[in-house]
Amino acid sequence: MRDVAVIAFAQMPSVRAETVLNDVEMLMPVIQDVRRRAGLDQQQIGFTCSGSTDYLSGQAFSFVSTLDGVGPWPPIQESHVEMDGAWALYEAWVKLQLGELDTALVYCYGKSAPGPIHEVLSRQLDPYHVAPLWPDAVSLAALQARSMLDAGKATEAQFAEVVARSRRNALNNPNAQLAWDRSAADLLAEEPMVDPLRMSDCPPISDGASAVILAAGDRARELCSRPAWIRGIDHRIEPMALGLRDLTVSASTRLAGEKAGIGDAPVDVAELHAPFSPQELILREALGLGEHANVNPSGGALAANPVMVAGLTRIGEVAQRIIDGTASRGVAHATSGPCLQQNLVCVMEGEG
Amino acid sequence: MTDLTLPDSLVGVELVRSVRTPARLEFTYTAGLATTRFLQGLAEGKILGERAPGGKVYVPSRGADPQLGVPTTEPVDLPHTGTLVSFCVVNVAFYGQGMEIPYTSGLILLDGSDLPLMHLIQECSVDDVHIGMRVEAVWVDEADLGPTLESIRYFRPNGEPDVLVNQPGAGVTW
Repeated sequence: MRDVAVIAFAQMPSVRAETVLNDVEMLMPVIQDVRRRAGLDQQQIGFTCSGSTDYLSGQAFSFVSTLDGVGPWPPIQESHVEMDGAWALYEAWVKLQLGELDTALVYCYGKSAPGPIHEVLSRQLDPYHVAPLWPDAVSLAALQARSMLDAGKATEAQFAEVVARSRRNALNNPNAQLAWDRSAADLLAEEPMVDPLRMSDCPPISDGASAVILAAGDRARELCSRPAWIRGIDHRIEPMALGLRDLTVSASTRLAGEKAGIGDAPVDVAELHAPFSPQELILREALGLGEHANVNPSGGALAANPVMVAGLTRIGEVAQRIIDGTASRGVAHATSGPCLQQNLVCVMEGEG
Repeated sequence: MTDLTLPDSLVGVELVRSVRTPARLEFTYTAGLATTRFLQGLAEGKILGERAPGGKVYVPSRGADPQLGVPTTEPVDLPHTGTLVSFCVVNVAFYGQGMEIPYTSGLILLDGSDLPLMHLIQECSVDDVHIGMRVEAVWVDEADLGPTLESIRYFRPNGEPDVLVNQPGAGVTW
């Protein structure tokens, strides 16, 4: 396998709604920022891969039209996925394994504000038996939370602790949207919004964008003094039907983590894409992260949850800490689909 | 369906052949800075293109020069005349159609612009419309101007001699 590293990361501060700039105007500065950080212009980049979805904007072809912001002329090698940018990164990583190209730009963006995001996400469910019931994303997460409580695997107090820690961590993240310092006890006093989830257990609705530059081998060493080497990356998917799986565990995250080599050495930092607080507990168990693990110093998806972006941002947050020298080895996780249906795990490490 | 084994309770029940599952989602669209400028221009009776420094003139601009990958920051007040570089005669009715068929829609390269604008071609029979035809915009009454392409009712031939239009791909450099 070829050594591939994240050598640059950029993101925009997530906002409740970007109502002045359109998608390409919102995205362009992030792409320009990440290329500047890597010291590359578009023609020096071998492959470009992006993640988003037209369902967020409600307009056909809106996703591909944001390629205008990349400046794809002369014609570039490009691909895109109807997924979170984390999967665009996976495709770019695979592309670089082929050996013909040495660098890749990975970007993703999404506005959750224009449409009813929780109902929009119901369009990804079984079209015959489930989608016609319009189960919104919060209700599905509540089903998973209820399963956790009934199985005795967690308490509402533990959910609240995840929330309190995440939003407190977010105070140190200038790109976070929701950051405050409140105790778990305070949060428990809230009335449930969609029982057993309280509003605070749920992610904010976010518009945002982020981007990463990947480089292989010596090219990474030329461009970055301390690349965040991807030691392992893997993603697995479970059946779509919620009744076919145990919602209190994440078998796909566990398997992806094993294949990515999370067990090979301790990790200094973990960024987990858990939009709902109970999901962080499930993911920690799946990845073997104990109570002392440094989880979501950025605040995670509870602090900012731009759909199609939050997963790549987890990878970027870990990578940046390695590049900066504040972490040696870290794990980033991204999720897609209802109730943690599909999961990607990426283990990164700095050298020296 | 012939190999299907039904539980006893469903034997003899009429088979479901199709399911209708209506879906409706409402979105609030943000035009963005560049489209807002273009639409505001129409409300003032102007057709505004934009360009990035050193870039081509795009109309309407969505905010990015697709060749350079940078914002289009310079407005260009374009003439209301141009050359028809392509067209389509619509003969088939479709859902949401507003026009009486047959009608012509065309790509109009306004003088000074590098990107054709799509609009209706009227006051010209479908047999006479042709590439290279010189056209001009016909606007609504001033009182009816608004931030919409419907401020221009259509483009019509303006009588100037035809212009030779390059074949696709000719003159393209990279």
